[in-house]
Amino acid sequence: MILKTFIKRLVPRVLEDDISLLSPKTVVLRKAISHSGFKFGLLLFISIILLGILGPFFLDISPYQQDLDKRLLPPVWIEGGSWDHLLGTDGNGRDYLSRILSGTRISLTIGIGAALVGMVIGVTLGVIAGYFGGWIDQFVNYILTCQLALPGLLLAMTLVFLIGPSIPVVIIVIGCLHWTLFLVVTRSVTKRIAKLDFVSASNAIGATKLQIIIQDILPGIINQIIVIFTLEVGVAILAEASLSFLGVGIQPPTPSWGLLIAEGKEAIFFQPWLIVLPGIALFLLVVSINMLGDGLRDIMDPKSKLE
Amino acid sequence: MVVIAVALTLSFITFFLLNVAIDPAQAVAGEEAEALEIEQVRQQYGFDRPILIRYFEWFKAVLTGDLGISYYWNKPVGSLLLERAPETITLALMSVMVTIFIAIPLGICAAINPNSVIDRMCLGVAVSFQAIPNFWLGLVMIIIFSVTFPIFPVSGDKTYFHFILPSIVLGASSVPPVMRLMRTGLLDVMEADYIRTARSNGFFGWKLILNHAMRNALLPVVSVLAVQLGHKFGGSVITESVFSINGLGRLALESILGADIPTVQILVFVFAFTFLILNLLADILNAYLDPRLR
Repeated sequence: MILKTFIKRLVPRVLEDDISLLSPKTVVLRKAISHSGFKFGLLLFISIILLGILGPFFLDISPYQQDLDKRLLPPVWIEGGSWDHLLGTDGNGRDYLSRILSGTRISLTIGIGAALVGMVIGVTLGVIAGYFGGWIDQFVNYILTCQLALPGLLLAMTLVFLIGPSIPVVIIVIGCLHWTLFLVVTRSVTKRIAKLDFVSASNAIGATKLQIIIQDILPGIINQIIVIFTLEVGVAILAEASLSFLGVGIQPPTPSWGLLIAEGKEAIFFQPWLIVLPGIALFLLVVSINMLGDGLRDIMDPKSKLE
Repeated sequence: MVVIAVALTLSFITFFLLNVAIDPAQAVAGEEAEALEIEQVRQQYGFDRPILIRYFEWFKAVLTGDLGISYYWNKPVGSLLLERAPETITLALMSVMVTIFIAIPLGICAAINPNSVIDRMCLGVAVSFQAIPNFWLGLVMIIIFSVTFPIFPVSGDKTYFHFILPSIVLGASSVPPVMRLMRTGLLDVMEADYIRTARSNGFFGWKLILNHAMRNALLPVVSVLAVQLGHKFGGSVITESVFSINGLGRLALESILGADIPTVQILVFVFAFTFLILNLLADILNAYLDPRLR
C-alpha cells in the first residue's frame, strides 16, 4: 500500500482522487512535467545556454581573431565551406560560429540585466500604488500613461547614443523603459492581497507597513513576477538587438547578434547567411524564453488543471 | 484633459533628459572641439542659462509654431517634418491594413474551431512572430523577394509598390496580439445568450459570425489596433532604415547619429502625441460602436 502511493507520487499522470493529497510543490512539478510547451522551451533554453557558455571553451578560435586570407567563407554545407569554420567567416575573416556563440552571453546578460532593472522599478511602484491606493495610485497611474505614450525605441536609441554606448548603459536604458507590465500586474495583485484577512491580522498585531509589504504581500506576487520577468527577458533581448542593429547599441568588435546582422547587411546580395544565421540564433533564444514564460504562467496558475 | 497634461509632462521629460544626458554645447561644437570653442557655442546658443528657462522659451516657441532649427540639417525642424511625414504615414497605414487582413481572419478561424489544428497553427504563428526581430524579418524578406526572386524592389519609396514589403514587415509584428484578442473576444461572444438565441432562430456559420458575433468581438480589437497604429510610428525607425525609406523614422535615426537635439526632441514629442491622440480616437470610436459606453 505504501509502495503504491509512493509510485503514484513519482508518476506524472495522477488519478483525480488524490490531487488533494499532494503538496503544492508536487502539483507544480507534475504540471511542469506534463506541460509540453514548457518542457520544449526549457530544453531549448538550457541547450542554448550550454552552447553559449561552454561552447567558447571548446572552440580554440577567438571571436576577435581576424584572418584576412579567409574572408567571407561560406558555412560548411555550402560549396566552398570547410570544417575549420563550421559557419564560415565574416568580412574580416573572423570565425562566425565563435562570434555567434559568444553573442549568446551578451544577449543573455543584457536581457536578464534589463529585466531586473525593469522589475525593480515596476514592482516597487506597483506595490506602493496597490498597497497605499488613493492619490498615490493615481499618481503612479499618471506615470504609467506617460511611459506608455513614449516612443520607447526612439528614446532608448537617443539616450544610449548620447550617454555613450556600453553594456551597462544599454542595460539601464532598456530596463528603465520596460517596466510597465511589472507595474500593472503587481498593482492589481497587491490590491487583491491587501484586502485579505491575514493582512488585517498582521496590521492588528502591530506589524509596520514595510513588514506587511515584505512578509505578506511580496510572497503572494512572486509567481506573477517570475512569469513576467521571463517574458521581459525576451523583450529586452530583442530591444538590445534592435539598438545594436541600428548602430546605437553595443559597438564593434563585440559580437552582439544585432550588430552581426547589421554587419552582414553589407553582404546581403552575395553572403545572405551572414544575416540569416545570427537571426536564427536570436529567434531560437527568444522563442525558448517565451515558451518558458508561457509555460510558467500555466504551471503556476492555481486554477489550471492537472492533466 | 489628461491627454494635454501627459503631453506637457512628456515634452518636459524629453527636454530635460536630452539636455542633461549630454552637454548640448559639446554636441553642437563636435567631439573634438576645444574648451574655448564649446564655451563660445554655449553662449551663442544660450546653453548657459538654467534649464527651466530654456524649456519655457522652447515651449513658447513651439506653441507659436516655431519648432526650432536643426543643427544637423540647418533647416527649420517644421519643414523637415512636413517633408518626411507622408512616407511614414503611408507606411503606418499600410502596415495596419496588413495586420487587419492577416490577424482578423486568422483569429476568426482559430475561434471557430478552438483547439483544432488551425487553432494550434495560429498559436504557433503568433508565438514565432513575437520572437522574430523586425529588422531581421525585413532583411530576410529582401533576400527572398528581392534578391532570390526579384519581385519587389530592394529599397526606396518612390511608388506604393515600394511600400509593400516594408508594410508587411511592420504589420507582421502586430499580428500576434491582434489575432489573440480577436480569438478570445470571439470565443467569449459565442458563448453569450444572444448568440444562442440567434442559433435557435436558424442563423449559423458565417452569417451568424459576421452579422451577430463580430460586432461585439471587434470592440476590443479596435482599441488595440489604434494602439498598434501608434506603435507603428515609433516602430518605423527600424523598418525605414532597413528599406531606406525617407520618413520620420529615418530622420530620427539620422538626427540621433548627428546629435541633433532640436529635431530628436520634436520627433519624440510628435510620436508620443500621435500615440495619445490615436488612443483618444479609439476611445471615441469605441463609444460610437458600443452604445453601452455612451
